[in-house]
Amino acid sequence: MSASLETTLDEGGADTSGPRRALAHLALVTLGPILAALVLSGLVLLALGVDPFAYYGYVAQRGLFSWLGLQQTLTRMAPLLCLAAALIVAFRAGIWNLGIDGQFLLGAVTSAALAPFLITVLPAGAVLLVAAAGAALVGALWSLLPALLRAYQQVNEIITTLMMTFLGVSFANLLVKLVFLDPGTTVPQTRTLPVADRLPTLFGTTISGGLVLGLVAVVVVHLVMTRTAFGLKLRTVGESPLAARHAGLDVPLLTVAVFAISAGFAGLAGGIEILGVHGNLQAGWNPAYGLAVIPLVFLARFNGFAAIVFVFFYSALMIGGESAARRIGVPHYFTLVLVANLLILLALAEYLDHRRRRAG
Amino acid sequence: MEALLTAAFLTALLAGAVAAGVPLLLAGLGEQMSEKAGVLNIGIEGMMLMGAYLGFLVAFESGNGALGFVAGMAGGMAVAFVMAILCVGLALNQIVIGIGLTLGVEGLTALLHHFQFSTTYPRLPAAWRMPVPGLVELPVIGPALFDRHPLVYLAFLLVPLLAWLYRRTALGLTLRAAGEKPAALDVAGIDVATVRFLAVLFTGAMAGLGGAFMANVAAGIFIPFMTGGAGFIGIVLAMLARGRPAWVLIGAVVFGGALSLTTALQVAGLNVPTDLIQMLPFAAVMAVLVLYGRKARLPAALGLPYVRGAR
Amino acid sequence: MVAAPSVPLGTMQAAATPARPVPATSPVVELLGVTKRFPGVLAVDHVDLALLPGEVHALLGENGAGKSTLVAMLSGLVEPDAGRIRVAGEERRIASPRAALQQGISTVFQHVMLVPTLTVLENLVLGMSWWRRPDRAELEQRLAGIRSAFGIALDLDQTTGELSLGEQQQIEIVRALLRRSRVLILDEATSMLTPQGADELGALMRRLVKSGLAVVFITHKLDEACRFGDRITVLRLGRKVGELAPEGLAAMDQAAAVEEVVGLMFGDRSIAEARAPRLRKAEGSPVLSVRGLTVTGATRLARADDVSFELRPGEILGIAGIDGNGQKQLAEALAGQRTAAAGSIVLDGRDITRAGVAERRRLGLRYLTDDRIGEGAVGGFPVATNAVLKEIGAPPFWSGGPFLLGGIERPGRIAAHARELIDRYDVRTPDEATPIGRLSGGNIQKVLLARELSGDARVVVFNKPTHGLDVQNIMASRNRIAAIADAGLAVLLISTDLEELLDVADRIAVMAAGRLTGIVANDEGARARIGALMIGRAA
Repeated sequence: MSASLETTLDEGGADTSGPRRALAHLALVTLGPILAALVLSGLVLLALGVDPFAYYGYVAQRGLFSWLGLQQTLTRMAPLLCLAAALIVAFRAGIWNLGIDGQFLLGAVTSAALAPFLITVLPAGAVLLVAAAGAALVGALWSLLPALLRAYQQVNEIITTLMMTFLGVSFANLLVKLVFLDPGTTVPQTRTLPVADRLPTLFGTTISGGLVLGLVAVVVVHLVMTRTAFGLKLRTVGESPLAARHAGLDVPLLTVAVFAISAGFAGLAGGIEILGVHGNLQAGWNPAYGLAVIPLVFLARFNGFAAIVFVFFYSALMIGGESAARRIGVPHYFTLVLVANLLILLALAEYLDHRRRRAG
Repeated sequence: MEALLTAAFLTALLAGAVAAGVPLLLAGLGEQMSEKAGVLNIGIEGMMLMGAYLGFLVAFESGNGALGFVAGMAGGMAVAFVMAILCVGLALNQIVIGIGLTLGVEGLTALLHHFQFSTTYPRLPAAWRMPVPGLVELPVIGPALFDRHPLVYLAFLLVPLLAWLYRRTALGLTLRAAGEKPAALDVAGIDVATVRFLAVLFTGAMAGLGGAFMANVAAGIFIPFMTGGAGFIGIVLAMLARGRPAWVLIGAVVFGGALSLTTALQVAGLNVPTDLIQMLPFAAVMAVLVLYGRKARLPAALGLPYVRGAR
Repeated sequence: MVAAPSVPLGTMQAAATPARPVPATSPVVELLGVTKRFPGVLAVDHVDLALLPGEVHALLGENGAGKSTLVAMLSGLVEPDAGRIRVAGEERRIASPRAALQQGISTVFQHVMLVPTLTVLENLVLGMSWWRRPDRAELEQRLAGIRSAFGIALDLDQTTGELSLGEQQQIEIVRALLRRSRVLILDEATSMLTPQGADELGALMRRLVKSGLAVVFITHKLDEACRFGDRITVLRLGRKVGELAPEGLAAMDQAAAVEEVVGLMFGDRSIAEARAPRLRKAEGSPVLSVRGLTVTGATRLARADDVSFELRPGEILGIAGIDGNGQKQLAEALAGQRTAAAGSIVLDGRDITRAGVAERRRLGLRYLTDDRIGEGAVGGFPVATNAVLKEIGAPPFWSGGPFLLGGIERPGRIAAHARELIDRYDVRTPDEATPIGRLSGGNIQKVLLARELSGDARVVVFNKPTHGLDVQNIMASRNRIAAIADAGLAVLLISTDLEELLDVADRIAVMAAGRLTGIVANDEGARARIGALMIGRAA
């Protein structure tokens, strides 16, 4: 079942009838669901007595067209891009890693524990490097059990990764409260990395340098998956484990590798968020970006460059939405509704498109 | 240790296990039906949450507890209906749609709750209790098991009922065939889509009822995101139970116990971090999967849409 | 099917002699001008068909002739785009399998349609109204009746998946009888039976039609149609090209009937392109020696048990046997996809028992799987990628080696390589970038063959290489296999089609329940000796 992504997403736009029609077709099955999701979610707003145009307008203004908002949007992209990279690896290899939120959070805890401690003994550059690497490593470790179970016992990874996320959220809190607690504050949180020692911001703006890391992560993942032998091996496993075995690939080992890489990027995302933005981790903090990135990656059809575009717009939506919660009084839960609509309508669009093509 | 063996502690533990276990039991039994029929119902978390929200809202507005449960069931079934149309009718990917529905219901209920109650969390009057004459007098078990809301008894009664249905009736055969080899069921003259559609609706009803129980009986209030993964635990229970309702019951009580341990320990005067306790059920799932994962045999066609004539 | 003209006529005559009653009743089911179009194909084109009670109606045609689509129409899996269906004289729609069953039409499909995890009893009652409880006593009583009338006995409590395919087929026939069907369709029912099993099925069909049933016997095997059919309808490319009525068949002698049908089936296409005699015979010392190879499998039958043989350069060793008797497990153990529980495999004097797939391939051991689209190829990948799927990371198609994540892809080299193979093996594809899943079975097979033969091949294991191909591709494949052996390679040819083995193999081994029950030379009396080995008698 894990290899059945193509049941919803077959070679999108691989129409043989010329590149221009293919492009138009791709736009239709991509923009169509986006517009439909905006309309449908707008109707929800309308039902709640909120003017959807005013809301969307405010969100766009705040997230895209104000300099302050744009900087926040670009900063928010950093962890989302890393999570997108994590999902692209997994989905292309046919693995449903639904545990990226847990991996993210434990990566964050690792960075928040390591960085403020190491800064007393190491130069800032080395601290950031070690803390980020630690985040990726711990994220990867957190996926080890689901990976082994999937690779060697054929236990469905959807369930195990979800369980590990629930486990991870509590475990992260426990670590913050019991192990890495900052004795100097009353709120339960870790020690804080001084602002000066965090990831450098870009060109005198407030945009976190994590953005660069995120962009690099997505682009590298995209190139590795589409241009290298290793990527082809993973894609073969994802498309057909049977064919992979026939071709002499070590399917269990590659499966574990996919989990490690995917979860590593998720952990790194958490690390970047701490090292670039927050500097510490408060107990109970759980942004739960993970499930929302899934629709974006589907929408991008696992293409890294397309994912960057969608992550950008989604970040703007989040930043704008958080601001709208204060100003217009629509809680940011609304983005969940929008994302859910997007995911379902996307699947529906794929279905309709598939039917149309088979009929034609 | 002595503090742990007092009647008060045991009663609190057992009572808590039942309160936390009944929603899991209902969700697990519901999911089991879907899985038997070949649908991996990831949207069950959303169905529970919708049940909790609608169940609470109707009970709160009407003041009628029974009506609340009907509404909860209807809420779960409404979400299940969407899932069934998309995944059974149109054969869309069950995982993608399941995630989408869960996200959507989470957002929608939180949003609606905000617009109705802002940041207040009104409380329902204490749930109706129906003591079982005689049995309620028993020490420890009496107050924990036999002085409960009628839904508790109903949930327990469902276990043998479903077991009988699966083992002894043609309906049980039909469900198993739909999950194992839908094509064989189809050529035997039974419409696979109908069977799966009804199975998903049943899951929605059970999940909705479980959610309503969670909000109206166990908690007495509705809080956004309050199901907190109970639906997913239901999926795990169904997977590990290998098609037997009795095992769902055992699993639900164990998990319920783990979930209610914090309260019980506080009764016993011990203070263990909540986070640690909250990890217990999930850690238990992983441990069970490590030990028995290979044996968690799932229906052969689970998660695969069936389209007649497609090979 | 192709080699049918070479079938010794004596065996066919014997089965065909009993005088058959000419039924004078009206048809139970009639198809009138039915047509079905699938994207790009006209699968069935204005076909008329009348099914009469008391008659075995053989439906003959090669792959793609439209037999399966007709079966699907009669069993309610698809509905015709045009044309009418009459049941007992009245016009009806058969919109679903349920409707077909209600009209009294039961089908035994080519692929078993039983739920493997249910018991025989449960499969028999599957489909009855959900509120009813299976009544065992009543069922047993009816089964006793069926046993005395038709000689089929079933053990109700066995798990269906543990039975052989032949036994499962009997369950399906019994189920049709329990439903009091008027028409029984048997779709390629002999494909999973031994020659003896096929004869028994023929006798059973005779008893069934005697009881008043109309039997439709679908086959692509010429001699079976002539032996078992009272009436033969021949289909070609979706059209009905001829029908031999019982009166006509009875008047003809067997050879004339076969000739008539051959003419109908293949038109003016020459099918018996005489193959040049094999150039060389096995020579030299064995290139592959297998000793006591044992592989565990999922079931009692599907495993390899103490298999030993030797293969010399230039030789074709055939493995005959009914599907699911461990052939696949043997092939996978040879290819390195399964680890051997015991025994040894020696290639060119080198023990490769512990070697992996990639190393065996490098040493020249190649495996062409029977599951072309599921296992051999990745349907969504381009032809070019599939052509190098067993060499991922190898130069010259990837550069940079292990330090650059296994190497950077060189699309130009890969495409050029693919174009060369497409050219050399005459693969019909728009271009090398087309997803392989869009090609026909025959063309996918060519790509896979090209992949297996590239580089230094020494031994090629073929698993059912012509299964599901049309007649032209079957002939081409057989010629190619012969040519491969003539070029000095050793070939292990696993096939469930005995004619195919008799056509090209030098020696033929029979595999049953995981064991090689004997190896015989392919000469005059081979057919009879293999038949004896297949039912467990010594040759």
